[in-house]
Parts: sequence; C-alpha cells; structure tokens
Amino acid sequence: MDPQTVDRHGLDRLITHLAESGFEVIGPTVRDGAVIYDHISSTSDLPVGQGDAQEGGQYRLVNRGDSALFGYNLGPTSWKQYLFPPKTELLHIRRSNGDLVIEEPPTRTRPMAFFGIRGCELAAISIQDKVFLDSGYVDRTYASGRKDLLLVAVNCTTSAATCFCTSMGTGPKCESGYDIVITELVDDGETRYLVAADTERGESIITAVGGSPAKDEQLANAESAVQSTAADMIRSMDTDGIYDLLIENPDHPRWEQVAERCLTCGNCTQACPTCFCSDVADRVTLDGTAIRERRWDSCFGLDFSALNREPVRESTSSRYRQWMTHKLATWHDQFGSSGCVGCGRCITWCPVGIDITEEIVAMKETVST
Amino acid sequence: MSRRKLAVWKFASCDGCQLTLLDCEDELLSIAGAIDIAYFPEASTTEVEGPYDLSLVEGSITTPHDAERIQTIREQSTTLVTIGACATAGGIQALRNWADVREFTSIVYAEPSFISTLDTSTAISEHVDVDFELRGCPISKAQLVELINAYLNDRRPYIPAHSVCMECKARGTPCIMVRDGVPCLGPVTHAGCGAICPAYDRGCYGCFGPSESANVEALAQWWKGLGVEDLDLVRALRTFNAYAPEFKEVSDRYA
Repeated sequence: MDPQTVDRHGLDRLITHLAESGFEVIGPTVRDGAVIYDHISSTSDLPVGQGDAQEGGQYRLVNRGDSALFGYNLGPTSWKQYLFPPKTELLHIRRSNGDLVIEEPPTRTRPMAFFGIRGCELAAISIQDKVFLDSGYVDRTYASGRKDLLLVAVNCTTSAATCFCTSMGTGPKCESGYDIVITELVDDGETRYLVAADTERGESIITAVGGSPAKDEQLANAESAVQSTAADMIRSMDTDGIYDLLIENPDHPRWEQVAERCLTCGNCTQACPTCFCSDVADRVTLDGTAIRERRWDSCFGLDFSALNREPVRESTSSRYRQWMTHKLATWHDQFGSSGCVGCGRCITWCPVGIDITEEIVAMKETVST
Repeated sequence: MSRRKLAVWKFASCDGCQLTLLDCEDELLSIAGAIDIAYFPEASTTEVEGPYDLSLVEGSITTPHDAERIQTIREQSTTLVTIGACATAGGIQALRNWADVREFTSIVYAEPSFISTLDTSTAISEHVDVDFELRGCPISKAQLVELINAYLNDRRPYIPAHSVCMECKARGTPCIMVRDGVPCLGPVTHAGCGAICPAYDRGCYGCFGPSESANVEALAQWWKGLGVEDLDLVRALRTFNAYAPEFKEVSDRYA
C-alpha cells in the first residue's frame, strides 16, 4: 500500500476507529506542565501547538505558535508504565482449611494502541521484549500488554537538546516495529499527515480511515523534515569502543567525580524506557492474607545490591558505574544490544542535570590522553 | 504462646504520630486482636505493667526527667521503635539547638525558674539503642501497620529507604523541580509519604528526613543555581528534621 495523506480530521477518524475496534488508545497529552502519556479520545487531547525546551535537569513547555500535533519532544513518562507498570500484583495468597491458596490475578485482556510513539521508544520496547519475553522466562504481565499491541508511530520532525537518538541508531525516523507511521507535514499553512503502514493490520486501518495518495513532493518533504531533525540534533554519544572503555576503567577517577554530583535518587532509572529492575515484596495483612507485589526498583538504592542485609555497592560511584556500565556495555553481553536508545530522559529528568553523554566524553578524553 | 505486649510512649511531641495508631480505623481491631495494647494513655486509662515486647516511642528528649525516663523504658522493652521526626531526629523543637533556650523560656513563661529543660532537643537514639526508626511528620499509617505486622510475624518491615523521587515517578508526577524550577527536597528525602506535595505542585518539605545515602550538598548547589538564597536553603533544611545529621551538616555550612 502506498503512503496516504490525511488532515487532522483523518487522524481523529484513526483514533475513533482504534477505539471502536476495541483498543484502549493511549497517547500524548499535557498534564502537570509536561507531555505525558494517558488515554486519548481525539486529536484535541494531544499537545496541540506545544513544544518544549529541554536541558540537563530542565524541562519547560513552550507554545510553538502553531497547531502542530507532534511538535513536542519526549516527556518524563515512557510507555513502559503500560507494559511494565510501576506496581503489579503478582499473586494473591490466602489460607483455606489449613491449606495455602495461591491465585494469579487476571492480566490485561483488552489490547492497547500506543498513538504517537517515537523511533527511540519503539527501540526501547524491542529491548524490553528481549528482557521480558525472549530471555527464557515470559513475564505474564508484560506479555498480556504486548499481545495485539498496536503501534502508531510518529517520525520526529523536531528534537530536544537532550536527544541523541542518531548516535544510538534509533531515530529520528521510525525504521521498523510499527503498524502505522505518521509524519507531520506543514505545507502552505495547511498541515497534512503522511500515513504509511508496515503491517497488514496497519494497512487495513489506513484503508478504513481513508485518505488520498501521497504526492512525490509530500514524500520528499517528509523525508527532508526527518533528515533535518537528524542533522540538527545537538547531543551525540560516540559509541565507538564504548564497551572496552567502560569495562577497562572501573577505577577511573571520573566515577568519583560524578558521584559528588549524583543524588542516588533513582530518577534516571525510573525515567529510562529500558530500565527494568524491580523489587518483589509481600503485603501481608494481619488476618493472614498476602499480596505479592512487584514494584519498580533502582540500582541506585542500597537495598538493591544488599546481600544478607549489607549492600555490595555501597559507594555512590559504584552505583553510578553499575548503571552506566550495564546500560552501555554489559547490556550487549546480556541482551545483544545497547540498553540506551538515546531518548535523553535520564539527562532531562536528572534533578541535577547529570549527562550520560558528557560522562562518556570526559572518560574518553582522559583515557586517550 | 501468650500475646505480645505493646506500649506507646510520649516525649516532646505533638501526639500526631501516636494518634496515627488510633487513625488506623480499618486495621485497628485486627491490631488490637493480634497484640495486647498494654500501655497507651492516649487510648486507654488501663495500664498494664511492664516489661513490654514492643515499645513505640514518640517525641524527643528535651528535659532531664525525660532523659532518665527513656532509660527505664528501654530496660522494660524487648524491641524499641521510634515513631516520627521528633523521636528520630529531635523534631522541629530541635531548632533550640542553635539558640539559647533560656532566652526562649524568659520570654514565654511568667516564671521561667519553674522550667527545667535541657539546652537541646535530641533523638531517642542519642540516648538509648533503637531497633527501628519509623520516619515522618507525621508517620505513615500504612508504614505503621506494616511495622507492627512485620514485628508480629518476625520479619523485616518492608519500608524502603530510597528517595521520594521513586514515589513521584511511580505515581507519574512530572518532576516539579525539573519542569518548574521549584526547589524540592524529594531527591534527598526518605520515601514513605507517597510523594504528596509534588503532586500538588509543592516542593517536598523533607518530612521523612534524609533518605539513605542522601547527597544533600549536591542538591544544595543545584538549588543555588535555581536562585535559592542561602537563608532559604537553611530554612528548608531546618524544619521537621533539622537535626538529622545529613541535613544539619549542610544547613550549618550555609548558615
């Protein structure tokens, strides 16, 4: 199927079609001064005309002065909250006639549609797929969210100062892993949306929504919009030799320097779309029933590495090193790719603006000289 | 096996933390059914003599009499848990530690000579061994129930010592400091409240005291970059947990 173009009403028809087809439609919307992901029912729920200014430890919504629907960059929340929720009940345990009755709570049955997912975020999901589905153990909560999940992606036509997806090979163009991809085209004041499908499911949805075949000029404009987004990207990470750099320098003085600034608050790991660590604890009531619950955890916590109550990684430098080395180096050993997709959330949402790309630069400079 | 005995003790404090026990409502009958509430003047005039299996201690040590009384309570208690910012860090009344308490009494009381008080307000752990500290001003009801429950089942309470940020992220609150430049103590404050204030566009006040490995100096420097004056930084650190060592060290540096 050739790419089609629709106007904003076409996207409204798309959202309505998804809802009427039984999907729980989740997309970007503005809340609490940021673009977050929540349920949407029309394009008016999207961050219309909103952009953002981002830097290390800084995020501000900015009025773009237009009616762009996808003129914003990534906000603090990622899609992982829907596939790997912050809190999940794993088991219900109770006594009955002297026996223990253990029940698994029901998982999701209604499929979700993620509307507006970006290239780096598609990459993050494929990374978490490896963790939760392909590593030998299937996580039933994740699998239930992933089943029939429909992905309506958006090619980025803008980037934040904290983005570095081009370095990680995940964007700004969505290469694969989506059902439908949208590119926003501002043309003669009338904004059009180029929609293309990568799956049969995506094709049938576009057919149902209707549109007009894209002209060559529109295709070229879409391509150049994405290319200039890539060209304009400010941040980068030189991944060349990064594995050896991290593995061979566990005692580099930079770890102590970053530890002086690091709050060990865990924000980077919670904002990261690939971080998957969790803690499991039983909530037991006084009458003897229990709920086994999984909660997001962080390698920046002391309990995280506690063996026999004592932490293995007590110093802040050892915890920062663990996070960064795993993310950028040993993730390759474990899952066959980097754990970083270059979304920049750990930079923006670090309360004191620690920048993972800057740490790599500093380490490379001192090691090479 | 006979039921274990619970005692609730009060020192210099507002009573808010021990009232959290009465505020347990839904769980209160279960608690009363599982443990003997042997000494709890706030709830009952019946006093069962010690020793006690579990003592919950509220409040800080501010008088010579209390400094002796806590020793007796420790001797009578198998397990002693402090509840709240006063008992754990000296409370808001620890502000006297930076001032002359005799000057205060001369202004407040008609007959200051009747007042017998110490120069400082100090945490219970400054005086006796403490088995566990429950944070907060006031403490969290859920954490109190979890503590009693864990105690009765001889397990460790599940009370994470990580930052408030973990709770903001779990409830989906976009960081107020990052998105709005509002000074927030969340990154160095012990979790447990459920990150209430940032959800209502207020910076964290640090009610639960320092989190584990709190890097207060690094946060202080960031705050200064946000335009926070030294005086306001000191005020923020000197509230409910002013005398917690991690907060005190940095507030003294900027005072």
